[in-house]
Amino acid sequence: MSRSIVPEAISRQPWLMLIPLCGLVALGAAVLYSAAGGGLQPYALSHVVRFCVFLVMAVVISHMSRNLFRMAAYPVFGAILGLLVLVELIGAVGGGSQRWLNLGFMSLQPSELMKPAIVLVLARFYETLPHAMTASWRGLVPAGVLIALPALFVLIQPDLGTATAVCFGGVVTMFLAGLPLWWFVSAGGALLVIAPIAFFTLLHDYQRNRVLVFLDPEADPLGTGYHITQSKIAIGSGGIFGKGFGNGTQSHLQYLPEPHTDFVFATMSEEWGLVGGFFVLLVFAIVLGWGMGVARRAPDRFSSLLAAGMTATMFFYVMINLMMVMGLAPVVGIPLPFMSHGGTSMLTNMICLGTIMAVNRWNQGRGSLG
Amino acid sequence: MKFSFQRLLRQPHVTTGTLRNSFDRRAVVMTGIQGGIGLLLASRMTYLAVFENEKYKLEAESNRVNLSLIPPRRGWLLDRNGTPLASNRADFRVDVVPEQMQDAQRTIAELGRLLSLTPIAMQDLQDKLDKSHGFAPVEVATGLDLERFSAVSVRLPDMPGVVTQRGFSRFYPTGPSVGHLIGYVGAASAEEYEKDHDPVLITPGYKVGKDALEKIFEKELRGKPGARRVEVTASGRIVRNLDTREDVPGKTIKLTIDAGIQDYAARRIGPESAAVVVMDCQTGDVLAMASMPSYDPNSFSDGIGRLEWKMLSDDDHVPLRNKVLRGLYPPGSTVKPMVALSFMEAGLDPDESVFCGGGLRVGNRVFHCWNRRGHGQVNMAKGIYQSCDVYFYHFAQRIGMDPIALMARRLGLGQEFELPVVGQSYGTVPDPAWKLRKYHKEWQTFDTVNATIGQGYFLVNPLQQAVQASRLASGKIIMPRMIHDQEHKEMPSLGIPPEHLAYIHQAMSDVANGPGSAPHARLPFPDIKLAGKTGTAQVVGLNIGNGKGGQWKHRDHGHFISFAPVENPRYACAVVCEHGGGSGSAYPIARDVLTYIFDKQKGMDILTDLEKKWGGTAKERLDARYRAYSAQYGVGAPAVSPEEESRKVQEAEAAQEPRQPIVSGAQSPAPEPDAATVPAAPAVSPGALPSAPQGPVQGTVRPGNTGGAQ
Repeated sequence: MSRSIVPEAISRQPWLMLIPLCGLVALGAAVLYSAAGGGLQPYALSHVVRFCVFLVMAVVISHMSRNLFRMAAYPVFGAILGLLVLVELIGAVGGGSQRWLNLGFMSLQPSELMKPAIVLVLARFYETLPHAMTASWRGLVPAGVLIALPALFVLIQPDLGTATAVCFGGVVTMFLAGLPLWWFVSAGGALLVIAPIAFFTLLHDYQRNRVLVFLDPEADPLGTGYHITQSKIAIGSGGIFGKGFGNGTQSHLQYLPEPHTDFVFATMSEEWGLVGGFFVLLVFAIVLGWGMGVARRAPDRFSSLLAAGMTATMFFYVMINLMMVMGLAPVVGIPLPFMSHGGTSMLTNMICLGTIMAVNRWNQGRGSLG
Repeated sequence: MKFSFQRLLRQPHVTTGTLRNSFDRRAVVMTGIQGGIGLLLASRMTYLAVFENEKYKLEAESNRVNLSLIPPRRGWLLDRNGTPLASNRADFRVDVVPEQMQDAQRTIAELGRLLSLTPIAMQDLQDKLDKSHGFAPVEVATGLDLERFSAVSVRLPDMPGVVTQRGFSRFYPTGPSVGHLIGYVGAASAEEYEKDHDPVLITPGYKVGKDALEKIFEKELRGKPGARRVEVTASGRIVRNLDTREDVPGKTIKLTIDAGIQDYAARRIGPESAAVVVMDCQTGDVLAMASMPSYDPNSFSDGIGRLEWKMLSDDDHVPLRNKVLRGLYPPGSTVKPMVALSFMEAGLDPDESVFCGGGLRVGNRVFHCWNRRGHGQVNMAKGIYQSCDVYFYHFAQRIGMDPIALMARRLGLGQEFELPVVGQSYGTVPDPAWKLRKYHKEWQTFDTVNATIGQGYFLVNPLQQAVQASRLASGKIIMPRMIHDQEHKEMPSLGIPPEHLAYIHQAMSDVANGPGSAPHARLPFPDIKLAGKTGTAQVVGLNIGNGKGGQWKHRDHGHFISFAPVENPRYACAVVCEHGGGSGSAYPIARDVLTYIFDKQKGMDILTDLEKKWGGTAKERLDARYRAYSAQYGVGAPAVSPEEESRKVQEAEAAQEPRQPIVSGAQSPAPEPDAATVPAAPAVSPGALPSAPQGPVQGTVRPGNTGGAQ
């Protein structure tokens, strides 16, 4: 690409990542088109429109300066935490659990926004933390509080999946920030001990049940194991080349639960087969690999932690969702980025992507803009 | 990363450089982990889609394709002329499969509303659901009109577990008339499914035979189910038909029964509790086998509701018992022609006579004749047509019991016949060896005397009486048969000299056409005569009731055996009228049935008049009774547990099994006021009669199985 022909604003975009990503979104739109019984409505069209809108937003984000990010970190985190509390209050008044905040023109799920926000605030925190203190309690406790506060609020919604995602993003950022390894090792060990206890005391019945069913889905094929079993049938029956576009029986005859959101990968696999599945995995590998590359090329601590944390957050979505649909993880309501139908998830992932793109831009403009 | 214990304790020296370094290393680790998980996912997917592809393809297919069985059309049961006794009717029906229902309460309420079920129907449905076993379908309604059927059909996606079907249901055109003969059908029970794991048994709408011929010929009538492969959604909505295999209807079975005679006989019984058997006395074809009151098999196929159950169990006429096969009665005087035959065979001259003065002293007991005034000089013919007890008391002592018992068995009494029926009670032909075996007691003279008038230990069923009449009429070993397609073969002779039979025929003809005991039994034709013999069997001792009036269950049983025409016997007919108050209740039925056989119009005219008095046909009266019950009890009838149900049914079937106490006295028949009058109903009040005439030195008469003979 020559600078003389293509405008700089365009040529500077990370096309090697964006083009496969557009391919993935296009595949997602095709799957949603099929899942809707062969119609653009109600899923496919809005999926593409959202992607376009949020891509513009991501580009806008990518043009923000590093200082803006730095300054905004704590206020944004505080605001979203406030929204989480607000959701809890409304839920408590209205009775029952509530995750959404109805803004009139759209419903907002603050817990989703918390996923990039936790990465942002931690990156900011470790940037400002004197390096020498990284391995002391001052490197651990404030960060721990920053993670625990939103995680707790999300947990009591109750939304175990999102709470785990928030923790994951935060912990990965801490890990990359250079906290002593043995902290993580011993925390992991402690988790192994606490998890079974928490499993029997803290979890709700339906959550416990999901885990149990995950361990043995065939024990109750018509009950709660149904989701996992049907998803595996969809993926397995697709074979190498799939049943063909629009020919998926599992999704069209409604055996597959949530064929357009959480189980969109199974819907895709049934019609596009192993080939489609590998394509999806490849695109994610490119996007996430690009994200880690951006992080490693980042000149300063803030940007590198930011980019790596955002990549990890996106990775968490992909990993949990795919493991779930393939029967390797319990059913948790986590959609597949860029393929599942759903505005909030798309928003979160595009914020993550926009942030990585911003870091990428900072990398490129190291000389002039740094 | 080298690990040393010191590093844990010592604050590590951290600088920008070390942090950058650590970030780089850890970022590589992260990338590695991500790549590793990517590989894990890729291999997992390969495993699912390539190595387990076959298995999952199959599972996807079994998800998508639903094989539903189409219940086969049940084979028809035809009468000898091809008229259907049991057929199938095209039908719209709704069933539910309990284990597939998500919100049973709501679904049932919704169905009740859509189908406008009555509260009674809803209650019965709830009972059936309570008793059901998850997988087995429960019938909600049949015989629906298209409007109500479609109202449910369009809502199927919202009501999982509900099945609508256009199928066939069993139809019995003559309803209660064939209840005991044909039986009925119903949904297979859990036990039946245990025994026979044919999946058609749990197909909605499939019924198995529950009683009588429907049960016996279940295998033949069943046929082969068809199948329909359809593509269904997860909620069970049918998307499209893939292919259909037609059902193979069950075999048609042709019976020897004549639908007209069967229906006529059943209806002619009217309000009585009675059994009528009509046989072709040359071939053994059973033309009618009616037991009334009965149930309507049409209304039984959806299970027996609480109200129906209450109706059945309140009825002291035991509508659940097939009296033709399960009813055992002391035959009374109907055995007299048979006893007379045994006398002749033993060498007794029929003209030899005895003086009847109203009783006979046997040992130290006095045995009365039913006619206390006495018959004067009585020979064999008069003994039969006037039914003189003293004649038989006298000569039986001379001949002895064994020849009588032998003749009784030759004529079919005490015998079990090879017939497609679910059970026969075959009663007792008593003789000295039998008494010794059963009671370890010696046979006494008074036992012989009691037996010669069909009392004492004698018990027969109405079918045996019809066979006896057929054999008396034809002189051949007639075996009853119910299936029409068998070859007719010439029946072997009984080996009774024709002149003996001719003598008996004449005496039996005189019963109705001569100076006999039942002049009103004469057929209303100048050229066709019937021969018959009356019988009255007492149910309780004379100390309890005289058998003519009073409590229904204390009244005498009425019997009549007959055949016609006398000269060239063709039809034999036996009637037993339970607690009819004497033979006067029985022979008019036999007469009218035979009238119908020879002249349908004449017979129907008689019946039409009678039914006007009774309040309609059997079916109409049953329906009226049901309406009265539903108005009176509504949903208030008590629930019936399956145990109680089966106990009651067994009781009904076994109630007539011999409960034979030892008889140690004379069983004198009650005095007959006037045998020549026709008491269709008992006309005389108990007070008008002399109280129980006991012999001067008579032994104890145990209630329950004493009787008299006329």
